[in-house]
Amino acid sequence: MTDTSDTTARPGRRAVFEAALRRRSMRIAATSTAAVLLAIVLLVPLAPGWEAVKKSFFNGPVFSKTFPGLLDAFLLDIAIFAWSLPLIAILSLVVAICRDIQRPALYPLKLFATLYTDIFRGLPVILVIYLIGFGVPGLGLPRPWNSPYIWGSLALILVYSAYVAEVIRSGIESIHRSQRSAALSLGLSSGDTMRFVVLPQALRNVVPANMNLVIALQKDVALLSFVGPVEIFRQAGVYKSLYANFTPYVGAALIFLIITIPATRYADYLMHKRRRIEQ
Amino acid sequence: MRTMLRLAGVQKSFGTHHVLRGIDLDVDAGEMVCLIGASGSGKSTLLRAINLLDPIDDGEIVFDGVDIAEPGLDPQPIRQRIGLVFQSFNLFPHMSAEANVMLAPGRVKGLRKAQLKAPVTELFQRFGLGDRMGHYPDQLSGGQQQRVAIIRALAMQPEILLFDEITSALDPELVAEVLDVLRRLREEGMTMILATHEMGFARELADKVCFLDGGRIIEAGPPAQIFDNPQEQRTRQFLSQLL
Ligand SMILES: Nc1ncnc2c1ncn2[C@@H]1O[C@H](COP(=O)(O)OP(=O)(O)OP(=O)(O)O)[C@@H](O)[C@H]1O
Ligand SMILES: [Mg+2]
Repeated sequence: MTDTSDTTARPGRRAVFEAALRRRSMRIAATSTAAVLLAIVLLVPLAPGWEAVKKSFFNGPVFSKTFPGLLDAFLLDIAIFAWSLPLIAILSLVVAICRDIQRPALYPLKLFATLYTDIFRGLPVILVIYLIGFGVPGLGLPRPWNSPYIWGSLALILVYSAYVAEVIRSGIESIHRSQRSAALSLGLSSGDTMRFVVLPQALRNVVPANMNLVIALQKDVALLSFVGPVEIFRQAGVYKSLYANFTPYVGAALIFLIITIPATRYADYLMHKRRRIEQ
Repeated sequence: MRTMLRLAGVQKSFGTHHVLRGIDLDVDAGEMVCLIGASGSGKSTLLRAINLLDPIDDGEIVFDGVDIAEPGLDPQPIRQRIGLVFQSFNLFPHMSAEANVMLAPGRVKGLRKAQLKAPVTELFQRFGLGDRMGHYPDQLSGGQQQRVAIIRALAMQPEILLFDEITSALDPELVAEVLDVLRRLREEGMTMILATHEMGFARELADKVCFLDGGRIIEAGPPAQIFDNPQEQRTRQFLSQLL
């Protein structure tokens, strides 16, 4: 009671207890991780095939010779990702809005949008890439319209737009109908109500869910290698044949992780923040 | 007195639930009409019907000489002239108070921000919120939010304002500041229909009180008659339950 500033500066009983608890769990985690690592480092080399695996998967010279080339090829992944993303954003928004249509005259649009999401969410990505990536160029279109880049990317765009549209639609549905009522009661058109009142709130609510899809897309770009583009996965394959060594695949994996781990952490952080706000 | 709004035989069902069973009501310009009645008696439904948020099944809603219940009529221009304030405020949470108010005049009337700034600021000041224009709804008290909602409706310069139990969601100490706003509007001659549980307020300010029960207006008249000398058994029952 004599000096309040002193009591606020000193950690309370609870903080002391929690700090101790944290230190203890930190010790447990560190010890167990070290034990597992040690076991791996000591035991794996004892395996009869370890020398062979080390030479073909963790080969230093091959790694340093191929890594720059892999990075180069990864630029193509980034390019495909970068041009697909805005197109996915637009297409998914259009589809989500069509699915929300209530006016009977526009019902065919709604039906079409529903069919679209059902079909493309119901197929394995790789199958769509094969069908479109081989199928359309097979029509014998003139250059550049026979390029697997275009049709492979289109396959990704179609599949991911279906998923993103579904996420956006769930966001739209999560906005209470009283928001719509309020906007309409002011004399706003239903288009303006969607654009200025419902969508901004809906999109903000689904940012974390869409972040996860963006990360998945970033990885799935590698699937395009099956229809032609020499992106990182394909390039790693080329190096593998060249050096008769699997190390380039490990290099490619590293490059993916450098991008996806921070992105995943960020998505989790957003998700966590949202939950805290909602509570 | 000019009749601003005339309801005749208004019917509305939700599925098999017959909520409005023939409502007749005249509202003159500058009049304040209070709707009272038990929960579920159809007050909100009636106000939403007048604002054309829910289409009615049968009957007429004549507003300024035009039957606005005509099926197929574009509701948007009508809604601009009829304001509605909700029990739960329904402010847009992603916009500042000022943006909430400016959205509709900006989009619907095509007014630019610069043109709106002065009249909107004046509205905020008039209702004691001049220093809250930049706040977001979650930074405002319930009473302040409801006043912003009223300002938002007023900014469209409606010819009639509908209020749906706008003080029911408020803490008791915040009710007075919102009722004060209504008092001011009353003095300025705004035509208003209020669904309310504030009987004291209805008695003080209403020109006409309508008692809704079972989807009909059972009894209507000046507040003195309804509150002090109700003719219908049901009205008496309802009022005695409140005491
Ligand atoms: N959209 C809807 N769908 C189905 N039923 C509805 C809908 N809106 C209202 N109702 C029903 O209509 C009846 C009247 O509801 P209304 O909200 O108009 O009553 P109220 O007089 O405003 O009640 P309160 O005083 O509780 O606000 C209720 O039984 C309600 O369940
Ligand atoms: Mg109600």
